[in-house]
Amino acid sequence: MSDWPLWEVFVRAKRGLSHTHVGSLHAPDAALALHNARDLYTRRQEGVSIWVVPAAAITASSPQERDPLFEPAADKVYRHPTFYDVPEDVEYL
Amino acid sequence: MSPPCVPAVLALADDALIYAQRLGEWISRAPQIEEDMALANVGLDLLGRARSLYTWLGAVDGSGRSEDDFAYWRDEREFRHLWLVERPGGDFADEMVRLLLMASLDVERYAALASTASVAGIDELAGIAGKAVNESTYHRDHARLWVLRLGDGTEESRTRMNAALERVAPYVDELFTDSWADRAAVAAGIGVLPSSLRSSVLGYVGSVLAEATLDPLPEPAWHARGGREGLHSEVCGFMLAEMQHLARSHPGATW
Amino acid sequence: MYGNDYGPTDVAESAAQDRLPRRDEPLNAADQAALDGYFDELIDADQRIEPRDAMPEAYRQTLIRMIAQHAHSEIIGMQPEGNWITRAPSLRRKAILMAKVQDEAGHGLYLYSAAETLGVTREELLDRLHTGRQKYSSIFNYPTLTWADVGAIGWLVDGAAIMNQVPLCRCSYGPYARAMVRVCKEESFHQRQGFEILWTLARGTEAQVAMAQDAVNRWWWPSLMMFGPPDSGEKAATGHTAQSMAWGIKRFSNDDLRQKFVDMTVPQAERIGLTLPDPDLRWNEERGHYDFGAVDWDEFKRVLSGDGPCNAARIAHRVKAHEDGAWVREAAVAYARKAQAPAEVGAA
Repeated sequence: MSDWPLWEVFVRAKRGLSHTHVGSLHAPDAALALHNARDLYTRRQEGVSIWVVPAAAITASSPQERDPLFEPAADKVYRHPTFYDVPEDVEYL
Repeated sequence: MSPPCVPAVLALADDALIYAQRLGEWISRAPQIEEDMALANVGLDLLGRARSLYTWLGAVDGSGRSEDDFAYWRDEREFRHLWLVERPGGDFADEMVRLLLMASLDVERYAALASTASVAGIDELAGIAGKAVNESTYHRDHARLWVLRLGDGTEESRTRMNAALERVAPYVDELFTDSWADRAAVAAGIGVLPSSLRSSVLGYVGSVLAEATLDPLPEPAWHARGGREGLHSEVCGFMLAEMQHLARSHPGATW
Repeated sequence: MYGNDYGPTDVAESAAQDRLPRRDEPLNAADQAALDGYFDELIDADQRIEPRDAMPEAYRQTLIRMIAQHAHSEIIGMQPEGNWITRAPSLRRKAILMAKVQDEAGHGLYLYSAAETLGVTREELLDRLHTGRQKYSSIFNYPTLTWADVGAIGWLVDGAAIMNQVPLCRCSYGPYARAMVRVCKEESFHQRQGFEILWTLARGTEAQVAMAQDAVNRWWWPSLMMFGPPDSGEKAATGHTAQSMAWGIKRFSNDDLRQKFVDMTVPQAERIGLTLPDPDLRWNEERGHYDFGAVDWDEFKRVLSGDGPCNAARIAHRVKAHEDGAWVREAAVAYARKAQAPAEVGAA
């Protein structure tokens, strides 16, 4: 029995936003994947731009390796704006 | 006074409605669930197009008929659609050949309708036609993608596609036959003669078939004709019976 | 749409039976990882489990079965309603119905995608549906005999489905929860269109009113059965609701959801002007809920086990579409391979 590969779909709903992952679908190739994505994910005008990516092409970080990859960021808390205590009346901060 | 283009536009509306009716039959029967969605999408576009055209017709032809009056309360001999669109769906190959032909025809004839109606100041009709061009461009592309894959896929799919071309070939000439309604519309400056679209539409279709490694459209052994005069094939009566039966069983009812 | 009426979902039994092959290599043994406690921490904190997280095998299998059966329900559900597309009595109704059934196909696709994140392919899941190893919501084993049935399905069956689906938006498994959010957004028009159909019929000709009442008479009890057999009180110990709730898969018991559905629907029926076929239906001031009559669980078991009016036809229809379409799917794969091959040769 033939199998159509899996594709992940990303849609940018509006200019100014970035593409977000909306789900996946099966298609034999990229052209049909785009057509299917349009029918499945933008029926209610939910998309300006659609990307389809073969699921097999996606490299994911492994949850088991999460500590080395992400922990260093956890103690660099000064990267987050809420770390700073600034007067409320300073504009544009 | 009813505009001279009305009968030609009625034929367009009937083509859209009857084709939408046939496409509706594919839902839950398509080769892949994604294709159930795609064919439903085409069907919805065509149904919406038919509704808009009937609504416009009822307003301008002096009858005041509603979209449902046109769809449910006319008899077989009053419908003006092509034989190709009333044909039962058959094989998926038959359907993709039909979609390629009809969408290619629609892109061109609705483009002509949009520009001529716009020039004549019939803005509502121009708007409907403009939307139709966009939709049919997408439908044509969808059909093309499939014809390529089925023609140049497996030996079996190529054989089935060539067989579908044999079955559909007899219906092609009618697409490009000028009816008196077409001539009346064009004489009044609206639309285009179907015969003038033959070489560009069949040229496009031919190039897709060639790219798909399929045989060219064969010479048919017989020719479908008469749809524009309300002379349909025998399937039409059965199809209309199914479509109209419930509405006709309850005259005057609201749904 | 979704019910809880698939039949026994024995957790241990399904773990043993559904040893489905995984698409990815496991990062380490699921049990070992579960011992790490990370899974339990996430569940306790009401956080989402995502596809590559370690999880107990039984959790994985339960979810695969649950999500797949939900997907199958959407796909099979296209048939009873799809029946009426070619016969809809107005163009507006035809368009709405086509859009609704198209949505159901879409919901099926979202759900198959969610199930696939757990290491199973759609091909395998469809095979289980076609061979009866996985079920679909038993409500779809009933026939749509009249146009009014389309309204009854929208109002009652979609209404019941929404009752099940809203809590699932907070299911512990991320992809399923997110699919449910999407589905719920789209589903709201489904119930409304069903209600509108019946509302219009109930205000129409004598024949239309009779048609509507007849449909409601046939769909009411099966809709109550959609929530699955009783599972609270003394029944709680014998079912698997407890484990599913502990895992954040199920948020409310079948009985709670069924009661909520009755409480919501009775006033709606009164507004429409149709009666519900239950002489024992009455408001209970003390409980603050509607009392309702006994569901015929024997009928439920009978239909679930295959002896319903449409079971055979639903599967036969589905299998035929799948088999008739095999040459199409194969052609598409062959074409894609041909398109890739020249590139590979060039790179060699």
